[in-house]
Amino acid sequence: MSLTPKHFTLENLTIATGVDNDRLLVEDLSLQLTRGRVLALVGASGSGKSLSCSAALGVLPPGVARIGGRILVDGEVRPAEMLRGRTVATIMQNPRSAFNPVKTMREHVMETLTAIGRSRRDAEGKIEAALREVGLDEPEAVLGLYPFEMSGGMLQRMMIAIALLSEAPFLVADEPTTDLDVVVQMRILALLEGLVREHDLGVLLVTHDMGVVARLADDVAVLDHGRLVETASVDEIFHRPKHHVTRMLVGAHLARYGMELAE
Amino acid sequence: MSLLRAENVAKHYQTYSLVGASASRMALDGVSLSIEEGETVGLLGRSGCGKSTLARLLCGLEQPGQGQVFYRGDDLRHLTRAQRRAFRRDVQMVFQDSVSAVDPRFDMRAIIAEPLRHLTDLDARAREARIRELLEMVELPAAIAGMLPSQVSGGQLQRVCIARALAPRPKLIILDEAVSDLDVHLQASAIALLAKLQKSEGIAYLFVTHDLRLTERFAERVVVMDAGRVVEEVPTGSLAAFKHPASLLLKDAVLPPLPEMRAAAQ
Repeated sequence: MSLTPKHFTLENLTIATGVDNDRLLVEDLSLQLTRGRVLALVGASGSGKSLSCSAALGVLPPGVARIGGRILVDGEVRPAEMLRGRTVATIMQNPRSAFNPVKTMREHVMETLTAIGRSRRDAEGKIEAALREVGLDEPEAVLGLYPFEMSGGMLQRMMIAIALLSEAPFLVADEPTTDLDVVVQMRILALLEGLVREHDLGVLLVTHDMGVVARLADDVAVLDHGRLVETASVDEIFHRPKHHVTRMLVGAHLARYGMELAE
Repeated sequence: MSLLRAENVAKHYQTYSLVGASASRMALDGVSLSIEEGETVGLLGRSGCGKSTLARLLCGLEQPGQGQVFYRGDDLRHLTRAQRRAFRRDVQMVFQDSVSAVDPRFDMRAIIAEPLRHLTDLDARAREARIRELLEMVELPAAIAGMLPSQVSGGQLQRVCIARALAPRPKLIILDEAVSDLDVHLQASAIALLAKLQKSEGIAYLFVTHDLRLTERFAERVVVMDAGRVVEEVPTGSLAAFKHPASLLLKDAVLPPLPEMRAAAQ
């Protein structure tokens, strides 16, 4: 693996549950993340979006297993456990439940850095810069806070700051703004957009909101009942959707604006 | 006479623990709002602006610290037994989180039957017929009646909550972010359903949301709240007329419909 990988690839991922893994939840999913681009993974609730992310990070829940497929970085097969936190950072949906209520922000940062084997001295100087970069303007004060002392927007910025500190070239963002206030959502999306450009991040953006896709994504993959039904550029998806599931998603999204899908 | 009217209501919350009382937080600071029969009002605001608190005061779940809420001209605190029953029947509420809004041990039949048992004079047979009718109204199969909340999807459960609200033939339904958590195609069909029911049953709606797109498509007038106060009220047709900074912030936060409109959205 080169020091600065260009691609993160999921190849023919199959995820199953049940006795003898006889119930397939995700089937033959292949996706590729490229540095500097945002790939949106969209689909209805229960289509397997979040499971696919968990599989990519090697954190599938008990009773669910990956029964096929490979994860590659620049064409080389890697175990998900080795990539998590180092090559691929994560930000999650509910910032409130993602933090330990009895630990300060500083302890969270240290815990993450220790877990991925980064030396503290190396990172220490970068912590304040990372916090400032995500819009937490008083880093010293923020680092002393507990989760309950912070708003949902601040916590989400903190989670993004920790992801940045890991210096991972790829980022999995699972519904990063779904639980946030609308005004905060817009600011976080703008922040993510800037960071993708600044750090040349390759992002897997999981969302059910086509508005978020329109705002941030370069490419879109559409999942339906655990199967990939369409992959295309964001313009293709919004203007010339092919599969009926994609058409339904985009059509229902546009209807909220009183617009219709072009035939 | 308005169906429901809040006059200059205020509400503050305070928590108490072993070490004493916390600072009190003003959730509502002198708000007035009236809802007429058959109309749809959008109540728009950011998280924490007090819109849900106002909704809870309006349907009598909580009492205002100051000010009054009137149901057909009578103060909620001084309703007679018969008036209170009529109020409970006429004003229904649907919440955002359908899972926590139902008893996990009730099947769908029992969930919908609850208001029928308490607020109507229907006997068991008539209730069963009404339940079937309601399930049909919200486009759910009759077979779902025997299922538990854990056995149905979030979208289905929210429709059952809408059916429960419709059950006693209310005059007003307060929807507190009731469709926000649904997938966008389910959201579209839920709104179409609500609009259809409004035509056939003449129900008024108070649509509490942070999403301008929903009120724009659905409400006749929009009331904007910020920091516990009503800051602006405009007919839906003229959202372009928004002047208050809080309204403009919400307008700017609407996600773009199409990728090429990104720049316009910023």
